[in-house]
Amino acid sequence: MYPSRFRYQAARSAEQAVRLLHEGGEDAKVLAGGQSLIPMMKLRFASPELLVDINAIPGLDYHRVDPDGSIHVGALCRHADLEHSDLLPGHQPTMTAAAPLIADPLVRNRGTLVGSLCHADPQGDWASVVLALGGSIVAQGPAGQRTIPLREFVLGPFENALAHDEIAVEAVIPAPRGAPAGGYLKLERRVGDFATAGVAVALETDGSQVIRAGIALTGVGGSTIEATEAEQVLTGRPLTAETIAEAGRLAAAAAQPKSDHRGSATYKRHIVSTFVVRILSRIDWTQERAA
Amino acid sequence: MTIIYEETADDGPPIPEQRITVRVNGRKVVAEVEPRLLLAHFLRYTMRLTGTHTGCDTTNCGACTVLVDGRAIKSCTMFAVMADGHEVTTVEGLASPSELHPLQEGFKEKHGLQCGFCTPGMMMAAKALLDRNPDPTEEDVRWALSGNLCRCTGYQNIVKSVLWAADKLRAESGQAEEAS
Amino acid sequence: MSQAVDEIKIGGMGASRRRVEDNRFIRGKGNYTDDVVLPGMLHMEILRSPVAHARITRIDASRAWDMPGVRLVLTGEMMATRNLAWMPTLSYDTQAVLATDKVRFQGQEVACVIADDPYIAKDACEAIEVDYEPLPVVVSPQAALEDDAPVIRDDKEGQATNVIYDWEVGDAEGTDRAFEQADVISRLQLHYPRSHPSPIECCGSIADFNRSTQKLTVYMTTQAPHIVRAAVALIAELPEHMIRIISPDIGGGFGNKVPVYPGYVCSILASILLEQPVKWIEDKTGNLISTGFARDVYLDGELALSRDGKILGMRMRTLADHGAFFADAQPSKFKIGLMHSTFGCYNVPFAHLAARGMYTNKSPGGVAYRCSFRVTEAMFFQERMMQAAADDLGMDQAEFRRINLVRDEQFPHRTPFGFLLDSGQYGACLELGLKAVGYEDFLRQKAEAAKRGRLLGIGISTMSEPLGAGNSREYDILGIKMFDSAELRVHMTGKALLRTGARGQGQGHETTWGQIVAHELGIPADDVTVEEGDTDTAPFGMGTYASRSTPVAGAAIAMVCRKVRAKARKLAAHLLEVSEEDIEWELGRFYVRSAPDRGVTIQECAMAAYSNMPDGLEPGLENNAYYDPPNLTWPFACYIVTVEVDPETGVWDVLNMVAVDDCGVRINPMIVEGQIMGGLTEAFAMSNMQFITYDADGNCIGSNYMDYLIPTAWETPGFELHGEVVTPSPHHPIGAKGVGECAAVGGPAAFVNAVMDALKGTGVRNIDMPLLPDRVWEAVTQRHDVSGAPPIRTDG
Repeated sequence: MYPSRFRYQAARSAEQAVRLLHEGGEDAKVLAGGQSLIPMMKLRFASPELLVDINAIPGLDYHRVDPDGSIHVGALCRHADLEHSDLLPGHQPTMTAAAPLIADPLVRNRGTLVGSLCHADPQGDWASVVLALGGSIVAQGPAGQRTIPLREFVLGPFENALAHDEIAVEAVIPAPRGAPAGGYLKLERRVGDFATAGVAVALETDGSQVIRAGIALTGVGGSTIEATEAEQVLTGRPLTAETIAEAGRLAAAAAQPKSDHRGSATYKRHIVSTFVVRILSRIDWTQERAA
Repeated sequence: MTIIYEETADDGPPIPEQRITVRVNGRKVVAEVEPRLLLAHFLRYTMRLTGTHTGCDTTNCGACTVLVDGRAIKSCTMFAVMADGHEVTTVEGLASPSELHPLQEGFKEKHGLQCGFCTPGMMMAAKALLDRNPDPTEEDVRWALSGNLCRCTGYQNIVKSVLWAADKLRAESGQAEEAS
Repeated sequence: MSQAVDEIKIGGMGASRRRVEDNRFIRGKGNYTDDVVLPGMLHMEILRSPVAHARITRIDASRAWDMPGVRLVLTGEMMATRNLAWMPTLSYDTQAVLATDKVRFQGQEVACVIADDPYIAKDACEAIEVDYEPLPVVVSPQAALEDDAPVIRDDKEGQATNVIYDWEVGDAEGTDRAFEQADVISRLQLHYPRSHPSPIECCGSIADFNRSTQKLTVYMTTQAPHIVRAAVALIAELPEHMIRIISPDIGGGFGNKVPVYPGYVCSILASILLEQPVKWIEDKTGNLISTGFARDVYLDGELALSRDGKILGMRMRTLADHGAFFADAQPSKFKIGLMHSTFGCYNVPFAHLAARGMYTNKSPGGVAYRCSFRVTEAMFFQERMMQAAADDLGMDQAEFRRINLVRDEQFPHRTPFGFLLDSGQYGACLELGLKAVGYEDFLRQKAEAAKRGRLLGIGISTMSEPLGAGNSREYDILGIKMFDSAELRVHMTGKALLRTGARGQGQGHETTWGQIVAHELGIPADDVTVEEGDTDTAPFGMGTYASRSTPVAGAAIAMVCRKVRAKARKLAAHLLEVSEEDIEWELGRFYVRSAPDRGVTIQECAMAAYSNMPDGLEPGLENNAYYDPPNLTWPFACYIVTVEVDPETGVWDVLNMVAVDDCGVRINPMIVEGQIMGGLTEAFAMSNMQFITYDADGNCIGSNYMDYLIPTAWETPGFELHGEVVTPSPHHPIGAKGVGECAAVGGPAAFVNAVMDALKGTGVRNIDMPLLPDRVWEAVTQRHDVSGAPPIRTDG
């Protein structure tokens, strides 16, 4: 309940944050929503020497859809902003489905999507969603900005690709080439629990077939898992009962769950396949075409 | 927090303190705090606003819920320094001592509390809900309160309390509109 | 001219009076232990063992001592010099305050730091170096029985094994004969998982020893302040009159705040040594891994049945895991609480119970978590067994209960274990419940749904719970008899101050007790201040747990009111200038029998007690009462749940929950319903998600709210309550019975029975709680039972 001592600096700009991190060295950490970091500090699982608070940096709390259809989520956009967004419903079904399922309503008021991606918790929901959508992170460091695809951003459990003096300023979801469809399902024992298993499905369709498929899995491995083979089986064909079942089977095969008190590995695999099938079966082709 | 050193004791390294300016329940306060001081502890121990409770270590129970710039957050999961320049509302700021907020009335009227420990957090989370959605369904209320744990009531009466308050607030604002 | 008062208008019996205590709670002005700040107060934190079983070879606290702001570091060695390293438990065992020889469970208290603020105290705890030499770990009672199991309590002379007790009750021979004559024998083996009351507020204390007056004042989260005072007097060898225990507002108790914990003792010693107030506020992990857990018992029993559905006999064996110290808070005569209350509400001619208790390397406890001393396990076993037996007989579960429930004309009814059930309308409650839930309709729906592959189920739980210990002949804790008390002082203007030996934690005593006074004396409830929890002012009482406050303290209140009324009658006679025999009482007023218009109010009598007493009558209008109930109270409940199970995920949803509670006369119906809804929610929690378990190394799973799952408003179903059936307690002065625990006791079986009913076609006989989705799915797909605590698996 009582964190260790640390030094604290509130950055007023991204440049200043980078400079502070650079000076702070390896023991400095970025503080955004703090909904994962502060609990870990309270339990003294984490004891950073310096916290660089980016909450006071102006202009990072946005989420917007650009004219090309790409979605940009600033580092200070809270989960609740996405949950109550006017922009996402009808535009991005996977994100729309996932936003209300992050943690609990109070945590959603404070925590951020970008922070959640940086935290790289294998049980983090957003990582699956953004991975399924083929998204990336815009990082800012002393040498300027670079874009890191999420696939390369998450290196392992609680490990990301940022240098110690880089901050993630934005998450980008690329513009869809077809009509977006999909969803997010999470089995949690109660609100606020980590996922026993979660599945993000993001499709793009052209009305006759699936032109892009993204499927990523939460909580069933050492890091967020992309179900590549399941994606491939869907891509380039119409969505049929057969391809749906096959995608479910392949996604379950891609999962690497461990048995624990949330359930056996067998059960978690089964939930992955069930959820993939449930999300895909709910997609209404005719409506997608109309959209 | 403050440390008093024995005259003979080694002073040790200085404890970094940070000056913050926070508006708490409408009152602007300036304080020197250690960065690690949690907002919940700042409110409870420094400000002596003990209506904000702490019930867990892991950001689950919501007993410490307050509003920061109108948003309901868990004050055990925010450092007091992060509130610098912001506005914090606690249960003590819900209404004046003589008058009650409809939520407070609703919790009493509908028996929405027993031991009272989770109650301030519940009311603050409910306040944020009603500010955003003045006419919630039972489901909306249950969803909005799902970050707050209660061991006594079984929630049913808490939900009724919030719906009672919503009705009253709507009636009041309806009257206000008619009057204007 | 005076008139009788309207009882409901003055907030008397039966009024859903809004709660007095709410006025401060809704404003955030409660006064919980952590809200108390004393001048010069220091803060204590506890260093706990990270391992479950190990010999301590070295403790080096020098770095902690050197930290600025640290005032004191306590270790077991220092406690031992004051004979405080060990303390007695409530079950005649001993418990380590701070470990000296070895640690026996993960989370055991090893050292304490007292510092200027809690952050520094925590820093200093981390700076204490402790070397642990690991010992083999025992995490189940079965493993504790193995020949090669390490002896956990090697500190106890003559303790060569891990067995704490072997205890039995009932008629073994008669029961054996009943089983020989049975047409059908139905057997069920269950595990009631380890659980924790887990109030949102953790435990804490502020000890304030004043050297100049020699007085020790302790603010403390305790449900039983007088028991604590006695314990502190004995443990710390302080004179009892120099100890004042104050229990401020309590943020939930549920049994967790009955025992004396090491943290309390350490804060007291620290304050004595430092001569400054010392505050200890436990964190949630500390609360969950070291303070009183509940349940964790294996139940194995069988019913002897005739083909037509009559119960001929019942026998049961229990194997309980008590953790490292036998610290159960329970009446001392009964080693496994009131487990033998099982099957009380049914006609069972012969019964036998054999109980065994074991030490393991787990946290100590076995408190009454909303269960009146393990009645939760007793009723869970009973109702799960009833469903299994009905299935074995191929009989409808409602009909099977109908056949065996004790009938109205049988009261008083002696159970084979010796309890005397004194009243009830069991059949009426069952029928009301069945009607409310639409039993026959649901069975049709269920059959219809089954055709489409949907799994619907209905579960029933009917039970009569023994609430309100004592009588003192049979019920005591450490020899202190389980009576309770009330003290009433009527002021000159007719306002009153009432004090009891109980200590509420959300049950609304400040509201309800005033209503009893209103009922007995006609003084408006709003004119009565209720005080509890301060041992310097409250009369001696055993505290609030086991649903005993209304049955015992509530009765004492009625009795003290009657004593006061008797004196007021003398004053009335004096004022009315007639003899006492000529006076009649109606609510709030005495009048002359022959001239009913001539009367005086209770308030006028009060004024006379201070201003116009007759010669020879002692001034003042106050009294006290110590009440020793002749029997327990026996409420009855019927809980019925309907569910739908998703066979694909194992997730189950509650469709409907109906609760019929006959808890005798309801003093405040609103509060009674609140208690029932709270209990039902805990029942749902236990059946659905809430549990604590340990891995093979003795690491506690469920050590915080991320793993110890408490349902939110979202998961918790709605409840439909019924209070139409009212059977007053024949011995309680106002006919009330206990109720606070009924729903938590009887509820779990209703939920589990509903899920098992939904799975009836699959050949699954039992899934042990909690019925988490993965366990239900495993049972459905594998078509086998799922038993024991959720395992901490190591495969995959």
